[in-house]
Amino acid sequence: MGFNFSENGFNQLLESLNQDYQIYAPVRKKNKDSFSANDLITYDLIKSLEEIELTVKSKYSAKEIVFPIRETLFHFVEGEQFIASDTDDKYIIFLRPCDRNAFKRLDKIFLENGPEEDIYYKRLRENVKFFVIECTSGFDSCFCVSMESNTVEAEDYAAFLRFEENGVSCEVNDQDLAVEFSSQAEEIKFEPQFIEKNKVEVKLPDREKLTNEVFEHQLWTEYSQRCIACGRCNTSCPTCSCFTVKDVLYDENKKSGERFRRWAGCHIDGFTEMAGGHNFREDYGDRMRYKTMHKIYDFGERFDFDMCVGCGRCDDVCPEYISFSKCINKLSTIIEEGV
Amino acid sequence: MSLTAEKSLKNPYLSQKAEILEIFQETEIEYTFRLESDFELNFGQFLEVSIPGYGEAPISVSNFTDQWLELTIRKVGKLTDRIHDLEEGDYLYLRGPYGNGFDFENYQDKNLIIAAGGTGLAPVRSLIEYAGNNLDQLSDFEVLAGFKDAGSLLFERDIKRWRQKFDVLLTVDKTCDIWGECVGLITEHIAELHLENIANTEVIVVGPPPMMKYSIIEFQKLGVPDDQIWVSYERKMHCGLGKCGHCKIEDNYVCIDGPVYNYAEVKEIRD
Repeated sequence: MGFNFSENGFNQLLESLNQDYQIYAPVRKKNKDSFSANDLITYDLIKSLEEIELTVKSKYSAKEIVFPIRETLFHFVEGEQFIASDTDDKYIIFLRPCDRNAFKRLDKIFLENGPEEDIYYKRLRENVKFFVIECTSGFDSCFCVSMESNTVEAEDYAAFLRFEENGVSCEVNDQDLAVEFSSQAEEIKFEPQFIEKNKVEVKLPDREKLTNEVFEHQLWTEYSQRCIACGRCNTSCPTCSCFTVKDVLYDENKKSGERFRRWAGCHIDGFTEMAGGHNFREDYGDRMRYKTMHKIYDFGERFDFDMCVGCGRCDDVCPEYISFSKCINKLSTIIEEGV
Repeated sequence: MSLTAEKSLKNPYLSQKAEILEIFQETEIEYTFRLESDFELNFGQFLEVSIPGYGEAPISVSNFTDQWLELTIRKVGKLTDRIHDLEEGDYLYLRGPYGNGFDFENYQDKNLIIAAGGTGLAPVRSLIEYAGNNLDQLSDFEVLAGFKDAGSLLFERDIKRWRQKFDVLLTVDKTCDIWGECVGLITEHIAELHLENIANTEVIVVGPPPMMKYSIIEFQKLGVPDDQIWVSYERKMHCGLGKCGHCKIEDNYVCIDGPVYNYAEVKEIRD
């Protein structure tokens, strides 16, 4: 079902949705970036259309809403364990097709990999409705078309929105929301559009030819020099799902505390360190190789699609100007020419 | 913050409390803790072991029965330091078991050789116990155990008992020997093995990464095919559930796909 809203009409819709949902969208936070006098574009709660930042890519994705940076697993008091409380909050997340597809990757790891579902991810994820933002021109570093994550299926979203000069056109799939949409807007025919060509294109290496010989290639030594293991590529990635589990005891009462998990990243020191100090990937180039293979090969071997969605955020945030899309293309060239 | 017992059962991150029944000193820094247990275990599986407030760590089950299980723990960090302060009657917190473990069917009626280096003996100890009690299910059975020095010898009481039933070759890397026995790397002793029926031989290699690498090379030199070699990998298995990512090697999650692998399947993989 398609609808057209005026700006006012859409704000009324947001107001009415806000009674039942917490609405997250990319927003601009003045002077809040880690570099001084720069704005931070990130996800936060919104109440009106004007708050949504649509002109630039968000530095961080929406993953932290469902997979928080730090999340308490349980509290303990003298050995008794109490699962951290769960709210019944419901969420609407405004996001582009690449980021919607990123959630499919997170779903695989948290809900399908291994013998059991991750209840902490599941209990948040179950309460999310996705509002996909139409994205037909992308941004400078995007390569979603190459990663086949530029499109979404109707079943992947509750609503699909086209932001226009004088309002918002959209399609609604979610029957629970259809009434609220229809009460505020006129019905139209709506056909979602997707980006068909990015400025950046990557050629994925031929899977059959991607043997371990390439692990030894000097390609990776370049990254041993350039990478500083800051992990920004991991934290900005919408599909990085690794975490570390830690305990704390409260200062006021050493008999109580909590076990929590916190984002971890394969580029960051300590990721593979075992008790006693042995590390499996000391070299930063090895870490780049490991991440690259995970994002464009290993994950795809386990599931049906590659992990990387081509959002290009890792390129945007790297302080050493390492480009992941360039790395993929270099790898492909090496594979084509024979290792 | 509270919840029903039923809901808590479904949370794979929660641990269960287990009483320490007995503690055995192995070396200066390694102790074996026997704990009450109703886990259904396979040889070579591991548990996530914790003390709330001090963290959690993957530890191999070093032996088990229906009533108890044993964990052999080296004192190397915040959690294990704290564990070593515990006494009989205190509690540890456990969840699991995790990993595939050794499937005895793969060794049924075969000549089984187990080569273990140092603490690598812990994950195969329950299998050795089973094999030793069921020698009629194997064609032949031999254990090679290598230690750095006499001070790092583990499971001394077991080895003495095992030797009454089957061959256990003990060796230390250098200088001081154990019980007047072999000196030298375990690899040197593998080279001296006389394998009579290679087609009917299965080999298990467990230990620190360099020991495993060179031991496998020696077995290959003797003519043992890769698919008759079995390994158990130790990685940072942080969640045990295939989620946290720390133990991943290529498309393998060691915590759920391993830690036991047929070597033919993993000989190419790289961390």
